[in-house]
Formats: sequence, structure tokens, C-alpha cells
Amino acid sequence: MTANIKISIKKLYKIFGPEPEMALQHVKNGIEKPDLLEQYGHVLGLKDINIDMLDGQITVIMGLSGSGKSTLIRHFNRLIEPTDGQILIDGINVMDLSDEELRKMRQSDMSMVFQNFALLPHKTVLENAGTALRVRGISAEEADIEAKKWLDRVGLTGFEGHYPHQLSGGMQQRVGIARALTSNSAVMLMDEAFSALDPLIRNDMQDLLLALQKELHKTIIFISHDLDEALKLADHLVILKDGEVIQQGEPQHILLNPCDPYIESFVSEINRVRVLRVRSVMQPLLDKALDTAGSVDVNATLEDVISQSGGDTNKVYLVKKEDEAVGTICMKDLVRALVPRVPSQKEAITA
Amino acid sequence: MSFYDSLFDSLGLQDWCSNEAKAGPMTMAELLAKSKSSTVTEETSLWNMPFPSLDNLHGACNSIPRTRDMTSGVEQLFLNVKSSLQFVLDPLTQPLSWLLDGSIWLFVATPWWLLIGLTLLTVQRVTRSKGATLLTAITWFFLAFIDHYSYAVQTMAIIFVCTGISVLLGVPIGIAMSKYDRFQKGVIPILDMLQTLPSFVYLIPLIFLFSVTESKLYGIAIIMYAIVPVIRLTDLGIRLVDKDIIEGANAFGMSARQKLFNVELPLALPNIMAGINQTIMMSLAMVVIASLVSAPGLGVLVLRGINNLELGVGLVSGFCIVILAILLDRVSKATLARIDVSQSNT
Repeated sequence: MTANIKISIKKLYKIFGPEPEMALQHVKNGIEKPDLLEQYGHVLGLKDINIDMLDGQITVIMGLSGSGKSTLIRHFNRLIEPTDGQILIDGINVMDLSDEELRKMRQSDMSMVFQNFALLPHKTVLENAGTALRVRGISAEEADIEAKKWLDRVGLTGFEGHYPHQLSGGMQQRVGIARALTSNSAVMLMDEAFSALDPLIRNDMQDLLLALQKELHKTIIFISHDLDEALKLADHLVILKDGEVIQQGEPQHILLNPCDPYIESFVSEINRVRVLRVRSVMQPLLDKALDTAGSVDVNATLEDVISQSGGDTNKVYLVKKEDEAVGTICMKDLVRALVPRVPSQKEAITA
Repeated sequence: MSFYDSLFDSLGLQDWCSNEAKAGPMTMAELLAKSKSSTVTEETSLWNMPFPSLDNLHGACNSIPRTRDMTSGVEQLFLNVKSSLQFVLDPLTQPLSWLLDGSIWLFVATPWWLLIGLTLLTVQRVTRSKGATLLTAITWFFLAFIDHYSYAVQTMAIIFVCTGISVLLGVPIGIAMSKYDRFQKGVIPILDMLQTLPSFVYLIPLIFLFSVTESKLYGIAIIMYAIVPVIRLTDLGIRLVDKDIIEGANAFGMSARQKLFNVELPLALPNIMAGINQTIMMSLAMVVIASLVSAPGLGVLVLRGINNLELGVGLVSGFCIVILAILLDRVSKATLARIDVSQSNT
């Protein structure tokens, strides 16, 4: 985790209403969201958001509807203006950019994928994918070559001449992703990009995104209301509730150490056997001579280990990271980790 | 003496009332009243108290103007600004006269077989619908067969020019309205007024401003009447463009101009075309009325039918207008349908 901080959000506030400045003072003085609405008629959108996003990582911002996640992602490229706070991208405060500079930034440094695709219905798939380049003033031929390359990459070879409405939702979103990739920007903003797709397609798209990310190492900000999706994609997970960050960090860590009843209730619904990885449950390697039943990869899911063990809970496995032993995993610990934590049991398990 | 005499007396205003008494021309009512005033003594009970209108108050107090003074005042006001208005508007609108006269001349001078041929070709290319082309052919051959061809051609020439100008002016105004809420608030009452004013009322100030022999007189009347739908529907069409798509355009850094030409106008086109269809139909309606102020075309025949009680002439030309209207409507709707299709179903 030595990557640079690519995007940094500092003390970001967003208040909706006629006089956000006035309301901001009250918020900073500690008024709560419902009171602000009742007494001053302002809606608190985001409150004191501080997030650092590392270069080349997928940061997933998760929350239920109304938690302010879509509002938050629109602050990155200033589709929504914050009431107060800083958004630093490569150390440059986005708030200081002029309209012209902001447009330049949106054209080449940040691309966005939308929940409902937002493709231009009167343009072909090829033209849509090349939008970012065309907007920059690059000739249509060059834009088409680049767009074609990325359309092939997302699996839409042969659909260049079609119009968006002729494609299924999943294919339309592939166009949306190709459009974002064609712009060749370092940052990709994905606003519930897969939420409108049915589960199987969504799974495909997640795999596609992860495969692309392995190659491209973009800084991706992904918004989701689905914890399974968030855990699958995230390098860094931020959980929002009512416009506030209530926990952020490594997803496995959040899963095992929820700091808030709200997150606990979330986490308890999760299929842990598929999501938890060996590295989160393993014990450090103490005794090299330990009798192990075999070895497993650090990034294997618990499901992999269970199937390998054939359900035998007495086994102990050696955990390897690139052929180097880094720890052991005991099947008993593994099974225990599958049970969601209830606050009263917290002590017992961490012990 | 009038009912309200006592009112002015009690207010102590008799002096003011009488000292400004001027001998203006009498109204008809005054004349009538004078002729029988000697015999009839007016009841001044509360039951038949007249409404304190200008005329009734004038009866009691000469200083108060009569209603006819007011209307002549309005007239005077208009006549006073007329010359300066004319000075500005006359040269400004002169090209309209040339355009109308020129296109009427061109349409009439073109041999009938060439004009009908070109029309059919254009209709086919624009609508790509055999039905619309066939309808056009039947209509024109029918009109020509009953010797209404030259009148119909004149009407079409006027509609052609007026619709063209309406679109040229109306679409930019509509775009501006969709961009600036304040401008929209200011323009909507004017559009409402243009749509609700009876069409004859348009003609009154125009007759004063321009000479009746000039074509721009009816040109302006038609444009003012017909421009409204294209403005309204351009505004509406742009405002109805999906917000998500606009957001997408913003997210990729499109400038306002790129958004307008690449996103908003193409997506608003079906609505704008619907507006143009309405504009064409309203031009046709107005061109008939405008025959009162020397607009040539089928309207002249309708007017002749009314003036000379030539029932047949009026009815036949009225029927010709109807089939012309159907033709214009079908052709412009077929075009609209084609645009719609190319947007959503190609």
C-alpha cells in the first residue's frame, strides 16, 4: 500500500436549500439532519466527508438510497458544487478550477459511467464510445479507431453501427464503460454502474471490470448499494449513512470488525464464505514444523478452503503468498469466522 | 342634469367641473337624451342608479373625459408614435415584402408541370412515404383541374416564406427561452397574447403602420400568428431532453455549444418538428384572413364569395383550402414520423 494518494476529499459538506451558508454554520455547530430540516428547511446532503483514494485502486462508496453516495460522486467532477470543503486531485483543488479548466479536466482526467447509461440515443455505439475524444476536438477517424479498440475490449465487436436502444442493458453499459475507457482518463467514476442490470449480467460486468482493472490500474470510484458487489470490487470500502462516513477501510476488515450496529446489520446478510479471504482469517506463522494438510493461497476465499478440506474441521492449512509461507489457517477459526458477530460476542471472538 | 350632480356638489367640485367645460362633439347618446330631455324627468332613485362610468360622470362634470375621448386618445397616441415606428420598422421589414413578392412571382412563373414535378420530388425525398407523395399529386392535379391552381400556388408561396421565417426566428427564440428562465417568463405572456388575440385585431395596427398594398403587411400578420407554436415547442423540446443524458454530456466536458448541437437540438427535433407542423397550419389559417389586407391566393376567392354572395365560389375555394390543409398536415407529419423513426427505431 505504498501507492500515492490520487484523490483526497477534505471536510466536504453539501447542504441543499436556499441558504446553504447559513445552514452550514448550524451543521458545524452540531445540529442533526432531522433538526436542520425541521428548523431551517435545509437538507443535509453530506457532512464532513474525509476520504483518501489511492492511485490504481478501486474505492467503493457504499450506502443505501438517500445516504448521499450519488451526491458525493458528483462532487468529484463538480457536477454538484460542494457547500464547503476541498477536493484534491493530484494535489490540485478542483474547487479552484475555472469553467474552462474544469471542462478540460472532465474531458481528459475523469470519465464517468452512469447507472442509466446516459448514452446519446441518436448516435451509434461507435460514436458514443468516442464521445470523450470527439468532445476534445480529436478528428472523427482517430476517435473511431480508439473507440473501436475499446469496444472490442469490452466484447462489443460487430455492434459499432448499432444504436443504443437496439442493445440490451448489459451491452449498453459495456458501451458506457468503453466510452469511459476511450477517454483514457486516469480516474473513472462509476455511479451505480451495474445496479440497473440483472444479477447474472451484473456478475459478468463485475468480472469484466476487475479484469480490465488488472491491466489498466485506473483509480476507480465505484458507487454501490449492494454490499456483495462492494466487497467483490473494493480495495477500499467507504460506508455512508445519512451523508456521513461511518466506517472506511479494507473491506475484509470492515466485515470482521463492524464498528456500528448499522454496518453489523448490513454485514450479517452477507454470504461470508464467498467473501472472506484466507488472509483475513489466518494466523501468523509461528511454528514451521506444524503438521498441515496442504497449502492454500492468501487470496483464496473460505469457500475454496472448505471445498479443499472436504468439510473436515480438524485440518490446518499452510497459507502461501506467491510460494512463500505466510501463515496458517485452522479450519475451526475458519468456521467460527463464518458466524456474523453480535455485539455481545465481540470480546469472545477477538480473543 | 345627471344622477351624479349631487355627488360633485357635495364634494365641492362644481367649480372644477364647470370651468373646464369644453364643447366637444356630442355623442349619439347625448343627442338622443337632448331630444327628449324636455319631456322626461329622470328618476334618481337608488334602483335605477346608472353605473359611474366615464360617460355618466361626464354628464355631471364636464372635466371628466368621455369614453370616446379615451379611445380617440389611444388612437392619437398610436398616431404619434406611428411615424417613428414606421421609420424603424419600414426598412427593417422591407426584405419581407421582396421575399413574398419574389417567391409569389417565382411560384407563379414556373410552368405548372415543373412546379408540380419538383413538389412531388421534394415530398418524396423528405417524407419517403408513397402515400404522402400520391396525396400531393392528387391534390395538385385536382386544384389545377378546377382552375384554382394559380390561387393555390400563391397561397403556398406565402406559407412557404412565412413558415420559413417563423422557423428561422422561432427556433433561436425557443432555444434562448429554454436556457434562460427569466427570458422564458418574459416571453410566455407575449406568446399567450399572440395566440389569444383575435386574428382580425392583428391587422388593425398593421394597417396604420404599413400601406395596405405592401405584402409585408400580411406577411407580418401571418408570422406573428404562426410563430408561436414553433417557439413554444422548441423551448419545451429542449427542456424535456433527458436530464441524465445532459449530465452525461456534462461529465464528458461538453461546452454549451457542443451540448446544444450534439445533444439538445437532435433530441428535441421531434418536438420542434411538431411545432413546425402547427406553424404551417396556422399560417394557412391566417393567410385566408389576410386576404382582407390584399394577401393573394385562395383567401381572395373566399372573400369574393362573402362580398358578392357568390356562394359557389366561396364554398369551392373553402374546400380547396381544406384539402390544402390536409395535404400540408399529412406531409409535415410524415416528415415528423420519419425523423422520429430515425431516432428510435432505425
